[in-house]
Amino acid sequence: MQALYAQLLVGLINGSFYALLSLGLAVIFGMLNIINFAHGALYMMGAFCAYFLLNIAGIGYWPALIVAPILVGIFGMILERTMLQWLAGLDHLYGLLLTFGMALIIQGVFQNYFGSSGLPYAIPDQLKGGMNLGFMFLPIYRGWVVVFSLIVCIGTWYLIERTRLGANLRAATENPTLVRAFGINVPRMITLTYGLGVGLAALAGVLSAPINQVRPLMGADLIIVVFAVVVIGGMGSIMGSIITGFALGVIEGLTKYFYPEASNTVVFVLMVLVLLVKPSGLTGRTT
Amino acid sequence: MTAMTDATVPVTTRTLRDEIIAFAVMAALLVIVPFTGIYPYFVMQALCFALLACAFNLLIGYGGLLSFGHAMFLGTAGYVTAHALKVWGVSPEFGILAGIIAAAGLGVITGLIAIRRQGIYFAMITLALSQLLYFIYLQTPFTHGEDGIQGIPQGYLFGIFNLGNPTILYYVILAGFLFGFLVIFRTINSPFGEVLKAIRENEPRAISLGYKTDQYKLLAYILSGTLAGFAGALKVFVAQNASLTDVHWSMSGEIVLMTLVGGLGTVFGPVVGAFVIIAMQQYLAGFGQWVTVIQGVIFVVCVLTFRRGVIGEIAHYFRRSL
Repeated sequence: MQALYAQLLVGLINGSFYALLSLGLAVIFGMLNIINFAHGALYMMGAFCAYFLLNIAGIGYWPALIVAPILVGIFGMILERTMLQWLAGLDHLYGLLLTFGMALIIQGVFQNYFGSSGLPYAIPDQLKGGMNLGFMFLPIYRGWVVVFSLIVCIGTWYLIERTRLGANLRAATENPTLVRAFGINVPRMITLTYGLGVGLAALAGVLSAPINQVRPLMGADLIIVVFAVVVIGGMGSIMGSIITGFALGVIEGLTKYFYPEASNTVVFVLMVLVLLVKPSGLTGRTT
Repeated sequence: MTAMTDATVPVTTRTLRDEIIAFAVMAALLVIVPFTGIYPYFVMQALCFALLACAFNLLIGYGGLLSFGHAMFLGTAGYVTAHALKVWGVSPEFGILAGIIAAAGLGVITGLIAIRRQGIYFAMITLALSQLLYFIYLQTPFTHGEDGIQGIPQGYLFGIFNLGNPTILYYVILAGFLFGFLVIFRTINSPFGEVLKAIRENEPRAISLGYKTDQYKLLAYILSGTLAGFAGALKVFVAQNASLTDVHWSMSGEIVLMTLVGGLGTVFGPVVGAFVIIAMQQYLAGFGQWVTVIQGVIFVVCVLTFRRGVIGEIAHYFRRSL
């Protein structure tokens, strides 16, 4: 049973990353009509940013948790201003191709300087060690990742679904021209939205640095799994992305316990099943 | 919404004549390659990728469907052909046939799944499906995991042509490429191809005219996958191995890049694109990961400033369709 709980926890952690990343993809897709293929590369940049902050500037985990997403978010906004904005009005697929190119550049540059091996990032002192819950041993850092990701996800949901800013955002998604007529600066909002989505990816990167090590290709395979998550959950609903992300992480964890050979493929197989049964995805809205 | 390709030039008998002339020039240039001293393996490799890119282009350029998983056809056909040649010891023609049949079967299965969603989702689904196959091939014993299938015998095609001879192999590969190219060319100019273009331009309208668009798209997908598999089977004789690289997502990305550079939705663009990208990889082989960076830069530059591609720009300049 110990092993089962341990795999469930791993599943929840992976689920946190799926949720944070697919949430960002959904937010970006809603505003920019772009599937951000660079999301995995930006997640990796978040982890590297935390690594640089620690090893160059001596800035530890806690400040990095805020500083790294902001820095990578600003980098994302620069990408949006200089490149992505020129794609407005073109076929969605060009956005996919452009961001794929950006991902190749970012990952290639990092690979040149850091190879393919992992760099260690220590767990902060306050979160070291573990707790005995009676039925399992819980490493505190892993518990923290799950709880904190959940809080960030719910916070993002609240920001978009329940605040005035979020209402403007959703309105601009529906009808940008009309929203502009109300005097709201839609292009600036688009840039900030991209920054927000990228920041969420970078945050996931910082969270994963002490667990998965910091590697140039850490986001490359992850992003494809997240695409499958997005196909399963659909991008129409923020809450849908969060729930699907966590649920698929847990299912993957269970598979690791019961049938480890399929743990790499289970999310893709589930995607196939969902497409066969309910082609429009679980949340049902297609775009 | 601007479609991925803008066919501003109407197809007339004159443009068809242009295309036939261009085809004759291309075929003539390729036939004389062995007499020019150009390294034949480079051209053979480029021809395999050119056929692959043409097959991919049939789907995106004429059906409007972006497959981000076309490497799965290349890899699957490659593995099956390699396995048939090495383990079953069949002759080359049956090895190629086995690879094509495997790719066609894969096309039917993945097509039925992927065709259920449109546009951006279609791209993500095909990418996820190819990643699924990548993990399967990583784990199944017959592919030999990271090592791949190596030392594949080339044998005698139809019992006469010794594929171990580079010149004979070259003409066999060239014949395969030209055959595949003509199949695609014929498809594009057939009534079926016209319906595909109609679906790309305005799917609801095509449906309202009574076309079962899903069936057309599925058929185009299967045809494209089968021809990509043909390219994969031919590539086995050139590379004499089949490995995981051919199924990896980065390979799918390269196929997209070749077509984009040459010109999406142009007849000859993918061929030019394949030669450009393969030549670039050859010359920059010593630069390690910078090749990836350069490919990324080409992607970005093409999408931002050069969406018609090489052949698309030429065709646009001369107001012709190529």
